[in-house]
Amino acid sequence: MKKALILAALTVWVAMTFTFLLIRQIPGDVLHNFAVNIQNTQGVPYDQARELAKLQINWDPDKPLSDQYIHYVTSLAKGELGNSTNYRIPVSSILLAALPWTVFITFTAAGLSFVIGVTLGLWAAWKRGSWLDPALTLYATITQAVPDFLIGVVLLLTFGIHLNWMPLRGAYSPEADPGLSLAFLSSLCYHAILPVMAFSIPAIGSWALSAKASATSVLGEDYLLVARAKGLKPWRILRDYLGRNALLPLVAGLASSLGGLLGGSMLIETMFGYPGLGYFLAQSIGTRDYPLMQGIFLLSTVAIVASNLAGEALSRRLDPRVSKG
Amino acid sequence: MKASTKIGLIVLAFFFLVALIGPSFIELERTPDYEARFAPVSWTHPLGTDYAGRDVLAQLVHGAGDIFLIAFSAGAFAVLIAFMVGVGGALAKGLTDSLLLGLTDIFLTVPSFPLMAILSALFQVGDPITFGFLLSLWSWPGLARSLRGQVLSLQHREFIEVCRLMCMGPWHILWREIFPNLIPYITLNFILISRNAITASVGIMMLGLVPLKVENWGMMLNLAAFQSGAIFLPQGLTYLLAPLIAIVFFQYSLILVAGGIEELFDPRLRKG
Repeated sequence: MKKALILAALTVWVAMTFTFLLIRQIPGDVLHNFAVNIQNTQGVPYDQARELAKLQINWDPDKPLSDQYIHYVTSLAKGELGNSTNYRIPVSSILLAALPWTVFITFTAAGLSFVIGVTLGLWAAWKRGSWLDPALTLYATITQAVPDFLIGVVLLLTFGIHLNWMPLRGAYSPEADPGLSLAFLSSLCYHAILPVMAFSIPAIGSWALSAKASATSVLGEDYLLVARAKGLKPWRILRDYLGRNALLPLVAGLASSLGGLLGGSMLIETMFGYPGLGYFLAQSIGTRDYPLMQGIFLLSTVAIVASNLAGEALSRRLDPRVSKG
Repeated sequence: MKASTKIGLIVLAFFFLVALIGPSFIELERTPDYEARFAPVSWTHPLGTDYAGRDVLAQLVHGAGDIFLIAFSAGAFAVLIAFMVGVGGALAKGLTDSLLLGLTDIFLTVPSFPLMAILSALFQVGDPITFGFLLSLWSWPGLARSLRGQVLSLQHREFIEVCRLMCMGPWHILWREIFPNLIPYITLNFILISRNAITASVGIMMLGLVPLKVENWGMMLNLAAFQSGAIFLPQGLTYLLAPLIAIVFFQYSLILVAGGIEELFDPRLRKG
């Protein structure tokens, strides 16, 4: 565990330093462009605009690199990420506004596909030789060949545009007032259906395959034979003996996959105009909004590192065999 | 050979032929002809035209080459990096090995798609080989880890011990004895990395972050889905679906071939 913690800290540090260096290596003078922008929009002289720009993006290229680096690290420690050059508000407030949307659709999709996929996988392993087994394999290979954003395009085209059943963009309809009303909540769910499906359709197949593999390896264990010999009811064996043991590695896998989801999907969120982190990341890259880009990238790195640690800790807790080995 | 592997190879060969000799049969007209925008499917335009009246089939054929170049360049560079880091670490042992392993783990952890997108957009890559190289920078860690593990386990097998006792040089042991055993992993991972590179490159192009040619499949998707409004028009359907279906077939053929290779090298998977 100590080794994992050191590696986690190291990864975050590399990501931090990498973004620091990257922004200072890009062709073209970032600060100059931004200063000219401020000069034109606010009508202040260039020197003053340049100082304003430095304050806004929290970065001063006129100082030596080592000073810049110390300033960068101390501001990050204080949670100061500078202002977005595109939206002109603090990056941290954009992150706080976007994070819940990404958490909402990706965690819903992850939970849904885990439950459906694992149930199907366990069932296929239990009823070996039934039609379900080859059907699952076929489903998984077909959906895995298609990138999830192309599944998104097909969903949008079919259900959004041609059938006109589903909304095309956004997280809720403009008519609904944000608040704890039934109308707003139903609009929320309605808008989440297509993005959640785009995430889940390939994920269900891969969870089903790993659950099947995990359950098949448990099926050979002696304690299952004992359970059958004792005359336990099949559903009880399925739930308490097979399910519980086959699920152990999968739950840890789910925990460590959640962090990767937190960065959001740039493509799915952009396609559905869904205001999550992925949407803002794609926007920030397109508009060269460096402070925002850096903030989202660092946040998603930290999320991945944290969830890897959580997954490892969880698998130690759930399965004493792992911590001994 | 399994039937599915054969199908995969045939589809892949078909795409390759299209990329190689297709452009000399079908001419690509890049100048817009707004009179012919979103023309229906016909003999002159078998897949209709795009928002500027350009033939969709011609774009598809001319764009195939770039997809191959990106996939091949990403796969080749990634295999090269993975080989140097993975095999190098396992042979060097000690501190170098630990450092390289740590590096591999860090590259494995950082979110790769955002990084690929950021780098390709900021450095404005315009040619497929450089694009593939940028993608490969984040695609090697998985292979590096499995190569390292393989070399470590091979080093203690009897036939390697015998080679050492016979005083064969380290280069002979590496290239003649160890390397042939790594070929299955390298071939399989080359295909899988290329496949992922296609997904990533299409995604990045679809977001409109790199300025590649309009006939590139990812650019076609970007223009059809986000820019020209083709997705909202029934006439624009072929423009949107043609590159999409081509990408899916390409990816599926790679998966089938990868399955066949796995079977070829692992006799346990072979039937009878």
